[in-house]
Amino acid sequence: MSIPVRKYDAVIVGAGGAGLRAAIQLSEAGLKTAVLSKVFPTRSHTVAAQGGVSASLGNSEEDHWHWHMYDTVKGSDWLGDQDAIEFMCRKAPEVVVELEHFGMPFDRTDEGKIYQRPFGGHMSNFGEKPVRRACAAADRTGHAMLHALYQRNVRAQTQFFVEWMALDLIRDEEGQVLGVIALEMETGEVVAFHAKATIFATGGAGRIFYSSTNAFINTGDGLGMAARAGIPLEDMEFWQFHPTGVAGAGVLITEGVRGEGGILRNDKGERFMERYAPNAKDLASRDVVSRAMVTEINEGRGCGPNKDFVTLDITHLPPETIMKRLPGIREISIQFAGIDPIKAPIPVVPTCHYQMGGIPTNYKGQVVLEDGATVAGFYAAGECACASVHGANRLGTNSLLDLLVFGKSSGDTVIEDLASMPKAHKELPAGFADRTLARLGRLESQKDGADVHETRLAMQRTMQNHCGVFRFKDKLEEGVRKILDIEKQAAQTQIKDKSKVWNTARVEALEFDNLIEVAKATMICAEARKESRGAHVRDDAPDTPEFPNGRDDKEWLKHSLWYRDGNKLSYKPVTLKPLSVETIALKTRSY
Amino acid sequence: MATRTMQFKIYRYDPDKDNAPYMQDVSVEVDDVTDRKLLDVLTKLKAQDDTLSYRRSCREGICGSDAMNINGKNGLACLTEIKDLKQPVVLRPLPGLPIIRDLIVDMTQFFKQYHSIKPYLINDTPPPERERLQSPEDREELNGLYECILCACCSTSCPSFWWNPDKFVGPAGLLNAYRFIADTRDQATNARLDDLEDPYRLFRCHSIMNCVDVCPKGLNPTKAIGKIKEMMVRRAV
Repeated sequence: MSIPVRKYDAVIVGAGGAGLRAAIQLSEAGLKTAVLSKVFPTRSHTVAAQGGVSASLGNSEEDHWHWHMYDTVKGSDWLGDQDAIEFMCRKAPEVVVELEHFGMPFDRTDEGKIYQRPFGGHMSNFGEKPVRRACAAADRTGHAMLHALYQRNVRAQTQFFVEWMALDLIRDEEGQVLGVIALEMETGEVVAFHAKATIFATGGAGRIFYSSTNAFINTGDGLGMAARAGIPLEDMEFWQFHPTGVAGAGVLITEGVRGEGGILRNDKGERFMERYAPNAKDLASRDVVSRAMVTEINEGRGCGPNKDFVTLDITHLPPETIMKRLPGIREISIQFAGIDPIKAPIPVVPTCHYQMGGIPTNYKGQVVLEDGATVAGFYAAGECACASVHGANRLGTNSLLDLLVFGKSSGDTVIEDLASMPKAHKELPAGFADRTLARLGRLESQKDGADVHETRLAMQRTMQNHCGVFRFKDKLEEGVRKILDIEKQAAQTQIKDKSKVWNTARVEALEFDNLIEVAKATMICAEARKESRGAHVRDDAPDTPEFPNGRDDKEWLKHSLWYRDGNKLSYKPVTLKPLSVETIALKTRSY
Repeated sequence: MATRTMQFKIYRYDPDKDNAPYMQDVSVEVDDVTDRKLLDVLTKLKAQDDTLSYRRSCREGICGSDAMNINGKNGLACLTEIKDLKQPVVLRPLPGLPIIRDLIVDMTQFFKQYHSIKPYLINDTPPPERERLQSPEDREELNGLYECILCACCSTSCPSFWWNPDKFVGPAGLLNAYRFIADTRDQATNARLDDLEDPYRLFRCHSIMNCVDVCPKGLNPTKAIGKIKEMMVRRAV
């Protein structure tokens, strides 16, 4: 069976921050570009980012990209690649200023410059004291940014394919990527996008967990597609649990709240972070704060009738500050916690938030294999990619920076690479759509199969219970068995809706195919990594004099690579050498 | 767990199998502790019947996907408290736009109007090395404007937009037009006003204020439209 084929110079999958930033480069360079998105671009999950985007602009006090780099390496617990981290931190002022020129409505200082606020792990002078580095538009930075990037694309007349879901990569025998196969949701039509360059900007897969700050659409589609095409996934055991999700609802409350002076308290009203991070306190790194919160709850100092949350208190802040700098947070607290934070503290719990791992790339956005060779025609940027700038734990506001810097650099690399490629498209391999059509056919004809909703729920509960903030050896081993069991059901999902038109049941089943790949990668990598580092902390790798914080640099200073085929694991070294400065030497992490 | 049964009447239409749309009566068990918002209940309804089709994404009122007509009023399912809803809860697609399936409408016309106002900053001076300066007071002019999430609740509650969706920009588009007019960094104010000085594009707004009533973000398109009209008068004298 054949499907229609459309030819483009480049295809970008995903129209969140990274995809839109890449699209600006390609459209303004005059390349014939198609941008595919499951949702209208301004509905992408970048829209939900709140607190800010980091850049050492120094608008309120002295700052330096080198300090930003140090904080990022330390935040990553030294798992981040220092070449990529230097690249990102040096580029930060440039891409943030550009965004301002695109029309981004940043808040302003009295001098009219971009407003900057303190954030977790942002320090001056190599870890000395908190610094104002997070550039903010109130507490709606992601919304303001995503709209500004979309608007710039309207100006550049970028060609969007809205409500199209990419299903699979097209990769030929030589390993070159030649585009994607995609489904138009409105009609059910399946079409090949034949491209010389394919950029994945598909976001994260936070929906593998039961409790997540992530949108419904964050189903790891790019990761699933890459894994099915034989490309490994990197560092998938590292997931960020954001300290402050609204208890029960999971909705995000930005770290910017603590940047503006918010304090975490236990049932006794104690500012417990003073005990865990005497210097940075509430503005320690996210992994540190989340663990402190769970420890408080586990030791019986949680709040509420079930003692299962702590509170985030801003009642001491002037109401004007809250109305001006945190209006969205107030709205969310009233909507989802039934609490006005001007009057009462917000109930919060650590909630799955961000995927540090992803499709392995270099700092130019090129996808790289285990041996360092690039995959011709394939690029990735943003949360779906692992450059790796976040390592074992991401600093707040580095995600928005990541998508600006690597969205732009992947676009620039595509422009450069296409200049040296033949004018004509490389031919598509025979039967390029077979595997995808078989998958769709299986779903259509499946009888007595597994319910998508129920099976997905089983996966989410398993991830939550076996692979959370604190991890346990036996729980992880059991988790691997459970996920592999669930995978068998996932291969036999059944839908009742057979309509061609806007079939959301089909879309959810196809998304689940991607989620389950990410869940497997996560659980298997987590079980295998026998140390504690950043967001990955296990009971059998405790804090000892020999291994402070449980980190074992001799054995585990390396990136995990998971291959779908046979669930094979492999490892590659961390790049410790930056581009121009000296290596930031290994150190025990404390805040 | 305290559960209760809730009754719904939902607009259903699948062009692939239905000859005509119909209202479907369905009921669902809701848990007043965990099911707080209409979207929570829609998720349950969809688990019962996977053919029920609607858009949704962020579930926190910032992406603008799940706008629909709820008991006669446009709103976001994810921000609508179920305890406030009169039963049976009547769910329809947003009014005035072509229906694709169930609660999903074709938003082409809505976005066409948004795009028509040139929704991007126009400033032809070469960009400086650093940010363009803007005073906090000038920046404050954008509050109440830049927060629009393009959910279309406002435009699809506006009779003028129902009658002339091809000619009247509509409240969402006009709010965004004023967002750029009000931005001190934008240099195209005159051209923007010229473009809107038209019996249809702007002046079909008769200040009925349905838009203000339904905006889930508490924005006021009528006020923005008033300011545009004011600027036109001011530059005419």
